[in-house]
Amino acid sequence: MQRLPMSFEKAPIAGAFIFKFRLSSGWVLAALLIAMLTLVPVVVVLSSLLTLEREIWTHLVEYQLPQLLTNTFWLVLGVGLGVAIIGVSLAWLTAVCEFPGRRQFSWALLLPLAIPAYVTAFVAIGLLDFTGPVQTLAREWWGPIEFPPIRSSGGVIAVMTLALYPYVYLIARNAFLTQGKHALEVAQSLGLSPEVGFFRVALPMARPWIVGGVMLALMETLADFGTVAVFNYDTFTTAIYKAWFSLFSLQAASQLASLLIVFVLVVLLAEQQTRTRMHYTQTGKHSVQARILLTGARAWLAAGFCLAVLALGFIIPVTQLLLWASEVVEQDLDARYLDFFWHSLALAGFAALLAGAVALLLSYSARQHPGLLLRVTARIATIGYALPGAVLAVGVFIPVAWLDNQFVAAGWVQSPLLQGSLMVMLLAYLVRFLAVAHSPIESQMHRITRSVDEAARSLGVSGVNLIARVHLPMLRGGLLTAAALVFVDVMKEMPITLMTRPFGWDTLAVRVFEMTSGGEWNRAALPAVALVLAGLAPVVVLTKYRSK
Amino acid sequence: MDKRLSFLHRFLCILAATTMLTVAMTTYAANEIVVYTARNEQLIKPLFDAYTKETGTSIKFLTDKEGALLQKLKAEGANTPADMLITVDAGNLWQATNLGLLQPVQSKTLLDNVPAHLRDPANQWFGLSVRARTIIYNKDKVKPVALSTYEDLGNPKWKGRLCLRTSKTVYNQSLVAMMIQEYGEPKTEQIIKSWVANLATSPISDDARAMAAVAAGQCDITVVNTYYFGGLTKKKPNLPLAIFWPNQDTKGSGVHVNISGAGITRHAKHQAEAVKFLEWLSSEKAQNLFADINMEYPVNPKVKPDATVAAWGEFKQNPLNVVKAGELQAAAVKLMDRANYK
Repeated sequence: MQRLPMSFEKAPIAGAFIFKFRLSSGWVLAALLIAMLTLVPVVVVLSSLLTLEREIWTHLVEYQLPQLLTNTFWLVLGVGLGVAIIGVSLAWLTAVCEFPGRRQFSWALLLPLAIPAYVTAFVAIGLLDFTGPVQTLAREWWGPIEFPPIRSSGGVIAVMTLALYPYVYLIARNAFLTQGKHALEVAQSLGLSPEVGFFRVALPMARPWIVGGVMLALMETLADFGTVAVFNYDTFTTAIYKAWFSLFSLQAASQLASLLIVFVLVVLLAEQQTRTRMHYTQTGKHSVQARILLTGARAWLAAGFCLAVLALGFIIPVTQLLLWASEVVEQDLDARYLDFFWHSLALAGFAALLAGAVALLLSYSARQHPGLLLRVTARIATIGYALPGAVLAVGVFIPVAWLDNQFVAAGWVQSPLLQGSLMVMLLAYLVRFLAVAHSPIESQMHRITRSVDEAARSLGVSGVNLIARVHLPMLRGGLLTAAALVFVDVMKEMPITLMTRPFGWDTLAVRVFEMTSGGEWNRAALPAVALVLAGLAPVVVLTKYRSK
Repeated sequence: MDKRLSFLHRFLCILAATTMLTVAMTTYAANEIVVYTARNEQLIKPLFDAYTKETGTSIKFLTDKEGALLQKLKAEGANTPADMLITVDAGNLWQATNLGLLQPVQSKTLLDNVPAHLRDPANQWFGLSVRARTIIYNKDKVKPVALSTYEDLGNPKWKGRLCLRTSKTVYNQSLVAMMIQEYGEPKTEQIIKSWVANLATSPISDDARAMAAVAAGQCDITVVNTYYFGGLTKKKPNLPLAIFWPNQDTKGSGVHVNISGAGITRHAKHQAEAVKFLEWLSSEKAQNLFADINMEYPVNPKVKPDATVAAWGEFKQNPLNVVKAGELQAAAVKLMDRANYK
């Protein structure tokens, strides 16, 4: 790599490991405070490790964990590869190449993000299983034939890949768009073809973005319960829920969840350690390069690939949902849907603002004070994303209720103040989704070089002005991505919403829960469609800002 | 450049305003009951509305999963706003008493309206509707005389002809728990293993889909809760499906039943009102609404089920107290794990 004239610089290594902890520094203090706040629920979960549930563990280790770990391994591997390959290739095609429909695909490919993965899963099984229309028709036409089973590791990997690739797509695209034309031009001037240029230059330069996106997708995969439950595909999360709901031991469930977050934390830190010595700055101007024009068969192949992913991940599931919804719309659609809609939008909007602001603060303070302390702090503060939502919900609720009870006991208030307040709800969302906001902002932060600061200072711009007038505009892409991701994630979120919502604050996701928990999947289609519609809002915003 | 500043400005203002607005006060109104319910909103809200209309008492409620509601009640402790807990499945109610979340209720009305095997022996919770889990078969392929008991589904003659819902559903856990109570663990484990050996396809994630598989010919028999059968046949009356009531002969233990039910929380703020509401739910007036809305069976023996439901015929219920389903649930889950029933 070093033969290429890119700006992979060696950072001052010694400095990176010195704890630059000065209390006078507001940045450090702010970051530590946030981390502590988000750490409370995680500590509640981790505290379960103090007393081991021996009997349940013996049972799980003997009869469950070997199979569950194998299943989880294949799921993580499959989804990881799937989202990386699909996400990066789509990002490259729409950011750097030119082919028919590119402009429309570039925003449309985000759409699958708006459908909760468990809904895609149910639609997939509804369509493709033995009793679904596809196999039924095939039997009518050709007699009994064997299909590969949809309820299998392949099926669940395919569905989760289609639901989660937009994380990688969105973040990697951001990287390719801001890479600047210099790097690729330099590669081409050295005689490298565009293909080689992609693998030798663009891909390595986009690594923090791609890894960040894949990590988000995998943390979501590890924490998922809804999707794998529809497939009856047992993963590590299945054991967590089994311990809690079936064996009535929240203790054992929390212990399993603790192992999960410790594992994710180690992986994240290890991954980060391998790239702390590299700097990923853009070379040359912030401009978009001249696109690589695809012609003939290649152009159609590119368009066909985009269309296939879009059809499988969005068009087909939404069409099925619309068909189901049309059966129940007369019976179920009432004025309350306005409330559900508004509640979903408001919660998602506020949570997106909050998570965006906090993630900005976290990654900005890490930039101002490079070093192990704040790097680790950021990792710990964002670990909530790897916890299954229901476990995290309890982790949030227990300390909040405890505080409330203390306030009441002290006579400060007559009745609980915090629980059932939107503030706690937003806080819980923050703990859950800070990682989603942090990842795109942090990678975008790599784009701001020290020389930018120096140049600005030499022009007399410093302090708050430097942040507001120089840094924030440069971070705009990352901020918007962060806000959009958090927005749709909060809209789809179920367990935290259910547990922390105030009376009457039902959302579209709560509505989906009411229907699906009664097994009425077809009736769940109506709120699911509404959820997809509301989820389009951030996609529209992103497109608007991006097209500039 | 000013535009950028105002963007930041606006952003911070919105953030500050949000934070201020979001602290909500919970107040205890007098003429009000607060309910935590794991029974879906669409099944329970009509009853709340009817009660409010009749008595003027308003009902505030919150839905969630059973496990989450129990943890919520536990964390809230003495300051919980909830007066009543409604859940499906006796196992969850049993667990609520275990965690000390409910209180005993002395009410002759409730004792009269709810049969002894469908309520807590210590009167901390009461069943409000009965859910029967029974055998569904494909009329074109199975003669009902070939069917007899739950145990017999493991008979080799059903090899490759049985569909089952996953063992992760509490309905199957309760069924197996009751079998443990009746036959003991070793024999039950044998039975479950024989079921698994007969499976036509890997366990299915819900009852409706299991029946669809029977109708489509993927398998010939399955075990579901009757109200799912009611829901499916109402939508598609021409499916070749029929109900069979197992374990009915004189020595037979009867059809496995579970309940949806309710209890008064230990720290209820409106205890008297909540008990009155609970009594009302068990009354003849409310029982039809409670059960019929989801094609379940009323608990109150004086109340007849809905006509469609009645047409499925009468059957002998398993008379064991449903509390056993809770006590033995963990054992049942472990047993199914050992038998490799996924």
